[in-house]
Amino acid sequence: MLSSTALIWGVALILLPLSGALLTFLFRAVATPIGICVALAINLCTVRLAWLISTQEVPRYPLGGWGAPLGIDLYVDGLSMTLLIMSAVVGLAISCYAPSYFRSARHKLIYFWPLWLFLWTALNALFLSADIFNLYVTLELLSLAAVALAALAGSADALTGAMRYLLVSLLGSLCYLLGVALLYHAYATVDIALLAERVVASPITSAAFGLMMAGLLLKTALFPLHFWLPPAHASAAAPVSALLSALVVKASYYLLLRLWLEVFGNVNVGIDVILGVFGAAAVLWGSLQALRQSRLKLLIAYSTVAQLGYLFVVFPLAAVNANAWQGALYLALSHAFAKAAMFLAAGNMLLFCGHDRIIDLDRVVQRLPLSLSAFALAGVSIIGLPPSGGFIGKWLLLEVAVAHALWGWAVVIVVGGILAAAYVFRVVGHAFTPAKNTHEVHAVPAVMEWVALVLATSSILLGLSAAQTLMLFEVGDPFRILSGEAPS
Amino acid sequence: MIWQSSLPLLVLCSSLLPGLIIFALPESSVRIRTTLNLFGAVTKLALVAWMVWDVYQGHQFETRLQFLPNLDFTLQMGPLSVLFVTLSALLWLVTTIYAIGYLEGSPHRSRFFGFFSLCVTATAGVAMAGNLLTFLLFYEMLTLVTYPLVVHRGTEAARQAGHTYLRYTLPGGVLLLIGTVWLYTVTGTLEFTSRGFLQTVDESQHPALIAIFFLLVMGFGVKAALIPLHGWLPQAMVAPAPVSALLHAVAVVKAGAFGVIRIVYDVYGAEFASQLGVTQPLAILAAITILYGSLRALFQDDLKRRLAYSTISQVSYITLGVAIVGPIATIGGLVHLVHQGLMKITLFFCAGNLAETLGIHKISEMRGVGKRMPLTMAAFTVGALGMIGIPPIAGFISKWYLGLGALEVGQSWVVLVLIASTLLNAAYFLPVLYIVWFCEPDHPWCENRHFDNSETNWTLLLPALATAGMAVAAGLLASLPYTPLEWVRFITHNQFYQ
Repeated sequence: MLSSTALIWGVALILLPLSGALLTFLFRAVATPIGICVALAINLCTVRLAWLISTQEVPRYPLGGWGAPLGIDLYVDGLSMTLLIMSAVVGLAISCYAPSYFRSARHKLIYFWPLWLFLWTALNALFLSADIFNLYVTLELLSLAAVALAALAGSADALTGAMRYLLVSLLGSLCYLLGVALLYHAYATVDIALLAERVVASPITSAAFGLMMAGLLLKTALFPLHFWLPPAHASAAAPVSALLSALVVKASYYLLLRLWLEVFGNVNVGIDVILGVFGAAAVLWGSLQALRQSRLKLLIAYSTVAQLGYLFVVFPLAAVNANAWQGALYLALSHAFAKAAMFLAAGNMLLFCGHDRIIDLDRVVQRLPLSLSAFALAGVSIIGLPPSGGFIGKWLLLEVAVAHALWGWAVVIVVGGILAAAYVFRVVGHAFTPAKNTHEVHAVPAVMEWVALVLATSSILLGLSAAQTLMLFEVGDPFRILSGEAPS
Repeated sequence: MIWQSSLPLLVLCSSLLPGLIIFALPESSVRIRTTLNLFGAVTKLALVAWMVWDVYQGHQFETRLQFLPNLDFTLQMGPLSVLFVTLSALLWLVTTIYAIGYLEGSPHRSRFFGFFSLCVTATAGVAMAGNLLTFLLFYEMLTLVTYPLVVHRGTEAARQAGHTYLRYTLPGGVLLLIGTVWLYTVTGTLEFTSRGFLQTVDESQHPALIAIFFLLVMGFGVKAALIPLHGWLPQAMVAPAPVSALLHAVAVVKAGAFGVIRIVYDVYGAEFASQLGVTQPLAILAAITILYGSLRALFQDDLKRRLAYSTISQVSYITLGVAIVGPIATIGGLVHLVHQGLMKITLFFCAGNLAETLGIHKISEMRGVGKRMPLTMAAFTVGALGMIGIPPIAGFISKWYLGLGALEVGQSWVVLVLIASTLLNAAYFLPVLYIVWFCEPDHPWCENRHFDNSETNWTLLLPALATAGMAVAAGLLASLPYTPLEWVRFITHNQFYQ
């Protein structure tokens, strides 16, 4: 029976990293081989699960048999599958990168592996969960692991950043939990599918909606709630920055999107425009801040703020045409690849030069050609130039915006692209020129350069496989495009 | 047949793959790099030559891959593509030989030749794109891969020039993107069709079509250096000479002009565009650019800057020929795509030779250089006279058809523009020729590099002589089959006006 076959692979996606976390904690000496094997195994399971669900025609896959309304139920559709694939690919890259990165600080590697695999467990569980209480649990686990990883760098900046990150995360989770409690009180279930049937517009639903949205927006760092993100992401170790920017913020976005689509279809009227306005502000503000930064990793972190803005500009567009959701998911996916590649490339440059001041990059184009290529290719995707994944996402959004004459949103989308080009090429330009301050250089292991380049290249190739990727999005019709029934 | 449908893709790969391999080569493996470069260039030329006959017989080669739902990635080899692909393949070969000599012994050549190959790949893609989306894809790729060539020298000036280049071209690309998306939402297709695919669009959409036209033309106008979007071109002169040569004659500037051609003929259709009333403003803009570029060229002492302003002026002949809307003017505009390329690349090769051999960058330093480098300056003279439009060099043919075409459709003001521009061309080229041939040098030449008995390295000299020869041949033999003129006539009569 299909559901039980798929169930095995789904459960494996949670149990594999969990057991990996335990094993790497227990057997520190062989943590790296274990970690990489687990990462490979997760990728295999992900591919298998994706293949299973995309070759069948049943719309949704109840994976678990533990029973709603208060059991643990797993399901997967195109939306969650895409994000599972995203974490698998980026996760594998980070797993290959981190051992080399931490090679001179082995004690950090000892903490890194269990925390990272634990975080991966939480991510996969979050994408597979089907009820809002489990989602809360996974969200909380994810935050704790992420905060611990952010603090791993150990510098004063990193600790301050991580502390702020912790407080914000707790506040966000708390808001979300209150919302869960309200919904459970009103509708006596935490299962998303059941809630979708039972929810009616009422003050209590609106209150739950408001609380959950506020919590998740805080965690997703939507402008003006983004203040915690740049310090936390920029001061962490490079592989940690990559996974925070690429994966962790996407998890809360996924949750927000899921609730928006499934549960709050009839209370979110009008909110879409507000989210869109904040998204637009994030695109512009984040990009301008990125332009002003003198340090590479802060620039990339502000770029994340801007790119997350795009994911909210989608809401008003999707209100008129559900196809826009596909654009959002495309942007989220390609941003994950590109931003991870960028942070890893920045990590290489930081290691190589001993600093990340942009104007003193001093001809890295000749000395670290692969890392700079990775940065530039990832930049192409962030800017949204063809044929990258970012281009496809923006094309899909622009198509909706222009077709419905929503010119304001169209302008925000393209202006964000121009600003992105400005900050990406500011870095690339300085990579060609010699700097006044020369510095001692440190060798960068080849694997670190190649991992960044492969990720960046995949963010470009993502654009060339648009037809297949869009087909995957459609599995289970998460955006109600096939059924023609527009969400919200 | 499968191999036939993959031919356009092979044309792309013939420069893409060598480019990618070259990136991986260490700096010292000169021989492998040179072999790869020449192998790629010759292969591309051979592939194109193979297809020319079949295309003449009315056969179209097409590679089609799925890109987005309803939007394919399409490479087509039709008559118009052949014109541009042949030009780029031929001049790539010549410029590669030139660049090998020019950059001998300088650092970072693997990077240079890698991006050089990618640049030609993008140009071939632009030429063969079968729909506007594919065109856009390669057009943006061209922007990106020329950036490292512009900043190649790694100086502060080069970095600034690179930024200026992007400040113009990336927003241009954005206008293009908006125009393309808008067009797609109006029509649901972007496939290039000879004589256009917009005639059937409902009349209520015509204002939108006009707006789209100007968005697209502004997008292409940046690279085609239409006023006031031309500012990047003189600055990009800091790039090494082979890059300037390729930028001006084949790649970037021509991609913009080619975009205008595609929009007018294959998207809107010339007659329909003229009905919408969008071609007349374009013609006026092109005319202004022609005069402005020539005027500015008059006052430049830096040789490459003078040539750059000359390019601004000359490339607008193509736009002008297209915007006049008439079969004869079309021939003049299209054929100038090739003729300007041949002449301008000759001029840039010669400027590069002067800089490389004698360290001459300014016109005032060129006194009497004709005696020191007679062959180079002979080629330069051919290019300059051709630009002025003196028969039998190719430039004359273009101007002749442009003038005739304008008269044919009753736009006699264009003839005045042509005359004024010709006078200005003469005013900025003839003094150069005069001091080169008839003045005595005021101090001995300081030789940058020594080349025993010859005036300069043969890899620098031969390409210039070859392109000068082609410019003369294209004019002298214009009515023989397979010359640019005959090919353009074939396109015009078979595709654009029937």
